[in-house]
Amino acid sequence: MRSKDVTEATIDVLRRAETTLPSWVVERIRDAAGQEADAVARSQLEAILENIKVAKEGKIPICQDTGLAIFHLDVGRDSHIDFDLKEAIAEGIRLATENVPLRPNAVDPLTRKNTGDNTGPGMPDLILDLVEGDHLRITAFPKGAGSENMGFLGMLNPADDPFEFVLSGVAERAAKACPPVFVGVGIGGTFDLAARLAKKALLNMPGTSAQEAELLARINDLGIGPMGLGGDTTALGVRIEMASCHTASLPVAVNFQCWANRSASATVGEDGWNID
Amino acid sequence: MEHRLKTPLSKEDVTSLRAGDLVWITGTIYTARDEVHAHHRSCGNLPIDLEGAVLYHCGPLIKDGLVISAGPTTSSRVARYTKDVVDRGVRAMIGKGGISEAVEDLRGKAVYLAYPGGCGALAAKTLQVKGIHLEDLGMAEALWELEANDFGPMIVAIDSFGKDLYEVAKRSSKKAKGNAIG
Repeated sequence: MRSKDVTEATIDVLRRAETTLPSWVVERIRDAAGQEADAVARSQLEAILENIKVAKEGKIPICQDTGLAIFHLDVGRDSHIDFDLKEAIAEGIRLATENVPLRPNAVDPLTRKNTGDNTGPGMPDLILDLVEGDHLRITAFPKGAGSENMGFLGMLNPADDPFEFVLSGVAERAAKACPPVFVGVGIGGTFDLAARLAKKALLNMPGTSAQEAELLARINDLGIGPMGLGGDTTALGVRIEMASCHTASLPVAVNFQCWANRSASATVGEDGWNID
Repeated sequence: MEHRLKTPLSKEDVTSLRAGDLVWITGTIYTARDEVHAHHRSCGNLPIDLEGAVLYHCGPLIKDGLVISAGPTTSSRVARYTKDVVDRGVRAMIGKGGISEAVEDLRGKAVYLAYPGGCGALAAKTLQVKGIHLEDLGMAEALWELEANDFGPMIVAIDSFGKDLYEVAKRSSKKAKGNAIG
C-alpha cells in the first residue's frame, strides 16, 4: 500500500472523529436525557445534545480538547507496508492539526513546551493488532485529558473484590471525568497489560454482559450525575476486558472516556482507502 | 432563578447568586488555566485588571482569530490557586468539575459557575477573541481575552455562602455506595 493513502485516511478519520459522534453514542445520551428526573442533570444532557448538533452542522470539533493522537491499527498479516507507517500517520496528524483544525496538545512532560503539531516523542501512540487479510485498518481514538487524568490502576490482592475496587474508584473520580462517562475496565494481565485492556475496552464499547450491566447500574446508583452536579446518569456504558494473570496477581485498571466517545475508522489497501 | 450579568462583576452581583441558579454573562472574560495561574503566583501579577474579573478555566481552539471550540477544562487542577486570584478581585470562575477544595476561598467574595464540559462548539457561538496575553504559553495555555455575548446558561455550582452542588452529589454517592454494598 501507499504512504500517501495512510496519510489521507489519517486526516479523514481524525476529522470524522473530532466533529461527529458514532450514532449509538448520541442515542444513549438522548435516551438518558429522556429518563433523567433531575432538572439540572437534564439541562446538562440537553446542552450536550445541542453541542453535538452544532459541531456536526458546522464541521467543527465537538470539544476544544481535541485530545492526544491515539490510534488503533489492525494490520493484515498479508499486507505489504514498505514505508515508515508511524511517520505516514504523523504526517496526517500534522495536516489535520492545521486543517480540521485541532488544538495542539502535545507537550514535553517536563519543560511543558508544546510541539505545536500534536506529534512528538512517542506520539502518535499506535496500538497494533495482527489480523487476517491484506488491509490496514486505522481507527482514530483521540483522547482528551479530562477523562484520561481520572484513570486508575491497582495491583490487588487476589482475595480482593475487583468490582468493589472499580466502584469505589469511580465514585471518587467520575465527577471530574466529564460525566456521563464510559468506563473501560481491564482485569488481569500485568501492570501495563491491565491498562491496555482498559483502553481497549473503551474502543469495544458498549459492553453487553450481565456483569457489565450490573456494574453500569451500580455506577448510576451513585447519583454523581452529568458533570458531577447530581442525577441519574453517571455512566453511559461499561466494558470489561480480561486476560490471564499470574496466580499471585490481580491487576485491575480503569480508563475513562467522557461522553464524547470519539472514534472513526478507515481501511487502507493496495488500491486506496475508504472511511467506514 | 435566572440572572443576566455584565462584566466586571460587583460584590452584590455575586452575593445575589444562589447554588442552582442559572447565569448568562456578557462582557469580557479571560481564559486562565494551569500555566496562567502558575505565572500569576510566581510573578504576583497578570497583564489584565482582575478587579471584578471573570476567569474561564478553558484552553480554547482558536484559528485565524476565530473561536472554533471553547468549552471548560477540569477546574480542580487550578483549585490550589483560587485564593490568589480571589484576593486580587476575581468575582467568578467558570469551569467544569468544581473546586470543592477551595469553597472557603470563595466565601463572601466570588462564585463558581459550571458550563457543561465538552460543549466547546456550543460555547464558541457566543465568544469572540478580543486579544491575547502571554502568547508564548501556547494556544491552550495562553491568556485569551474573550468577548462574551450572553454566554450561558451556566449553573451556580458553588455560591458565595459555601453551598457546593458537587459536594451535595458526592454525599449522595457515598450514601448510595453504602447501600449498594449493604
